[in-house]
Amino acid sequence: MAVLVIADHDNTIVRDTTAKTITAAMSLSPDVDVLVCGSGAQAAADAAGKLAGVRKVLLAESDALGHQLAEAVTDVVFALAPGYDAILTPATSSGKNFSPRIAAKLDVNQITDVIEVVSADTFVRPIYAGNALETVQSSDAKKVITIRPTAFKPVGDGGSAAVEKVGGGTAGAREATFVSEEVVKSDRPELAGAKIVVSGGRALGSAEEFHKVIEPLADKLGAAVGASRAAVDAGYAPNDYQVGQTGKVVAPDLYIAIGISGAIQHLAGMKDSKVIVAINKDADAPIFQVADYGIVGDYKVVVPELMTALG
Amino acid sequence: MKVLVPVKRVIDYNVKVRVKPDQTGVDLANVKMSMNPFDEIATEEAVRLKEKGVVTEVVVVSIGPAQAQETIRTALAMGADRGILITSDTDVEPLAVAKLLKAVIAEESPSLVIMGKQSIDGDNNAVGQMLAALLDWPQATFASKIEVSGDSASVTREIDGGLQTLSVSLPAVITADLRLNEPRYASLPNIMKAKKKEIAMKTAADYGVDVSAKLKVLKVTEPPKRAGGIKVADAAELVMKLKTEAGVL
Ligand SMILES: Cc1cc2nc3c(=O)[nH]c(=O)nc-3n(C[C@H](O)[C@H](O)[C@H](O)COP(=O)(O)OP(=O)(O)OC[C@H]3O[C@@H](n4cnc5c(N)ncnc54)[C@H](O)[C@@H]3O)c2cc1C
Ligand SMILES: Nc1ncnc2c1ncn2[C@@H]1O[C@H](COP(=O)(O)O)[C@@H](O)[C@H]1O
Repeated sequence: MAVLVIADHDNTIVRDTTAKTITAAMSLSPDVDVLVCGSGAQAAADAAGKLAGVRKVLLAESDALGHQLAEAVTDVVFALAPGYDAILTPATSSGKNFSPRIAAKLDVNQITDVIEVVSADTFVRPIYAGNALETVQSSDAKKVITIRPTAFKPVGDGGSAAVEKVGGGTAGAREATFVSEEVVKSDRPELAGAKIVVSGGRALGSAEEFHKVIEPLADKLGAAVGASRAAVDAGYAPNDYQVGQTGKVVAPDLYIAIGISGAIQHLAGMKDSKVIVAINKDADAPIFQVADYGIVGDYKVVVPELMTALG
Repeated sequence: MKVLVPVKRVIDYNVKVRVKPDQTGVDLANVKMSMNPFDEIATEEAVRLKEKGVVTEVVVVSIGPAQAQETIRTALAMGADRGILITSDTDVEPLAVAKLLKAVIAEESPSLVIMGKQSIDGDNNAVGQMLAALLDWPQATFASKIEVSGDSASVTREIDGGLQTLSVSLPAVITADLRLNEPRYASLPNIMKAKKKEIAMKTAADYGVDVSAKLKVLKVTEPPKRAGGIKVADAAELVMKLKTEAGVL
């Protein structure tokens, strides 16, 4: 049995999510290959080869792959699929976009957001916004799986796998074409893998206030910034800050929720954090039920005090 | 041009979900059911395209129990034109849903499918992408903006790090994210009107699609509960505890 892991990368580095997905793959088989789909992605492929335990790295490059277009990625993977019993992708927004397309091409179901590998055909995954865990056994010949990265530890370095070029990645370029991208480059850590996350909610009231209150605290802690759906919908924070059932799932060492009520959809994205802090003026807010440390109070008072206390 | 909108009946997003003691699933007896929120957004978008004159007909389709008729009626009251209900008493897995939708599309020939990105019960986030694959159509998932012009659509997508805009040739499958629009509440007159709109009743067998389960649910359990925490008096105490007790600073 061999497993293919489709890398999450930026053409230069492979993200932590890839190293975590390799850990999940290793529990299925020692024969784990990593596929890097990109454009000008040799550096990322070399980096993937250094991850511990990787057998070989496959590198596919085209313009469409550079933008991770689902049609193009599926084309590459479909050609490689006969050599693998399982195809694993980290459940990032890009992975969620192309992985089900691959599954359907192979005429199998996708097993979404796996948090535990029980055996080669049995997996645990959250359903109903994480309010229930489902253990499923798949009778499909090939397993197509997205892995929830926060549930697995990353493999370390120490590998020396060779990089092999593979073809494909043009189909679909005719039908779906890349137009533009607005990606904000930030010096802060990436939300999905950060050790500390500071999130703001509807209470902030405006984008300026979010900027003025949440970001300096995050910077003082070297943290990533997150937000509730309400804060994103209202335009206080960009869409990719959304933590929750239908946004990003995070599990940092420390999660600080400021002016967030703790709706189940929000909790779904952060309740596996090691330590949760909540700052909310309503003592009955549901966020306090999951918080290790709560401060009941107005964030306008508490956050400045916190800045001072942190020195 | 015709738009197809698949809508699913799911547990209402406000309901606190309870796992059944026998671990066979979650308790759905006597709980409020609603249209999957993302499908409301998809329906709203299709209806807006019709109001703009871009689209001529909005057809909604649901696969589920007989009560999913109510879900279709909700979409009809929002402004969709007619419905198709494919009844099934068992849960239909995403791949089989996609196959049924493909069969419906073979009969209906829509130029566009707009659907939700994710059902909030199974949290699969799969059917749209699967349907696009089976049809060999382009896909644009997690849409926050759709502009249709001629035989293509420009779709802005929510991705990690920001937004991406794709141009897809039609026919195509688009899945809706939260920021695409804010769905309307149906007015009373429109709810009355919806009662007269047609819903075609079908079964999976009518389409010759195998809906038997390929994923066997061995058990459904409750996630581990977090131990209760404490309230601290102020920021100074918080920082002290985070440093000494929790060891995260
Ligand atoms: C299909 C669907 C998907 C969803 N997905 C997500 C998701 O992925 N992520 C997500 O977050 N939500 C999601 N939601 C939305 C979710 O249900 C809640 O509406 C949302 O999380 C509420 O955001 P909030 O806590 O910021 O706002 P509110 O619920 O309005 O809470 C604001 C909180 O701020 C407190 N407050 C007010 N003023 C102050 C002050 N001065 N100082 C301190 N505290 C103050 C209040 O006491 C209150 O508790 C989803 C909903 C649906 C239907
Ligand atoms: N049983 C169903 N009937 C109609 N549409 C469905 C059904 N299941 C899923 N869908 C559609 O597929 C989308 C994604 O669902 P899922 O892949 O299950 O998360 C939903 O938002 C619906 O638009």
